[in-house]
Amino acid sequence: MSDGSAAQVTALGSALQAVPRSGWHVATVAATHRETPNATRLELDVVGWPGNAAGQHLDVRLTAPDGYQATRSYSIASSGSSTRVVLAVDKLPDGEVSPYLVDDVRAGDMLEVHGPLGAFFVWAPVAETGDDRPVQLIAGGSGVVPLYAMAHAHAGADDPTPFRLLYSVRTPDDVYFSDELGALAEASAPLRLDLVYTRRAPEGATTPAGRITREALEAAVIPAADRPRVYVCGSTGFVELVADWLVGLGHDPRSVRTERYGGT
Amino acid sequence: MSFITRGFSGRGRERDDRLPPGQTLVSDFPVLSAGPTPEVDTAEWEFTIRTESGAHSWNWDEFMSLKIDDVDTDIHCVTHWSKLGTRWRGVSLDTLFENVETEYDYVMAHSYGGYTTNVPLDELLDGKSWVAFEFDGEPLDPEHGGPARLLVPHLYFWKSAKWVRGLVMMDQDEPGFWEQNGYHIHGDPWKEERYW
Repeated sequence: MSDGSAAQVTALGSALQAVPRSGWHVATVAATHRETPNATRLELDVVGWPGNAAGQHLDVRLTAPDGYQATRSYSIASSGSSTRVVLAVDKLPDGEVSPYLVDDVRAGDMLEVHGPLGAFFVWAPVAETGDDRPVQLIAGGSGVVPLYAMAHAHAGADDPTPFRLLYSVRTPDDVYFSDELGALAEASAPLRLDLVYTRRAPEGATTPAGRITREALEAAVIPAADRPRVYVCGSTGFVELVADWLVGLGHDPRSVRTERYGGT
Repeated sequence: MSFITRGFSGRGRERDDRLPPGQTLVSDFPVLSAGPTPEVDTAEWEFTIRTESGAHSWNWDEFMSLKIDDVDTDIHCVTHWSKLGTRWRGVSLDTLFENVETEYDYVMAHSYGGYTTNVPLDELLDGKSWVAFEFDGEPLDPEHGGPARLLVPHLYFWKSAKWVRGLVMMDQDEPGFWEQNGYHIHGDPWKEERYW
């Protein structure tokens, strides 16, 4: 073990330590909202929720009448001390829990949630962390949820850190938090937003739809020379591709944090 | 405190005894990593066990000349998926520790890329763990920890450190990377030791 490796570990382990302890809570669905043709936004009122950092996730547990239970993890789109917790859930084709959350759940329903979870894939304002390096967010599809939480927290704190979001999405109809992201790009702590459409671009778009390329990534992210902190969230294929490219473009692997969603 | 969620019926009913509580069976192989996948060439690869008195190291060729086990085991990820009957090949930690003398009871596994995870030594010995380099008859993919990862199947899979490069003996238990970032210090899936 070289000393270099120990230094890396320290850097990796220096995430926020001051995040709230997790626990089980009863969540009541306050409102649902069709986010995209395939996704629903859920606003939950969670009694006793201790608040959460931007980028954290929680477990949702559902119980059937015969006692059968299913548990899944979802990123949280909201942050701060509020007990109103926002999720945005994508319906997976063979899913067991997501079709229920997307199509069946309605205001007044009760779920169990466990959280907040995760202390690494999180962002907090420079006033709390002292880290003023610029932040590059890179989202694939529903992977935008924890990154939206960070962008929202950034604007809410009026944080001066440069923030940029590169968001790869199938079509204009599939953009999560479309209005909110537009508003954040206009806010006093502005977010620079770059959208890449993989299947269908909006009318009048200058770039045709297609998977993101290494060149397009390089053009749309904060250069490695500016030492950005980078958060990447999406499918494993998307995250592997993007993270490999980032390292190839000279980004410090220790400054690239990733989160992937699985197939269940 | 569980209660019925209106309108939820769920899908699976044939509860497999091999599935720990809160887990769901998957057929694919999801990935959990905190950062980019490091590129590790077997020509550069080295595995080291460091104790209070010295170090034992193997390069790739030396490692491949050790006794290799076929391992058939179930694996359980803290993010609620399990795979049953996975097939691996690797070197048992019993083999690696044959000539290692230590008074210390705790181990920190270190990986290329800087990842760490802690495991008590007695949970690595007596046929409980391996350094695995093959999955399902193929060399281990980099995204799953290749060229070699720790395999500690009786604990949640974050303990099975990908891209492992060595073990450091410790006189007391200390938290590794995920253990500092929200996951349980021990991680027994049958006790659902998931989080702090």
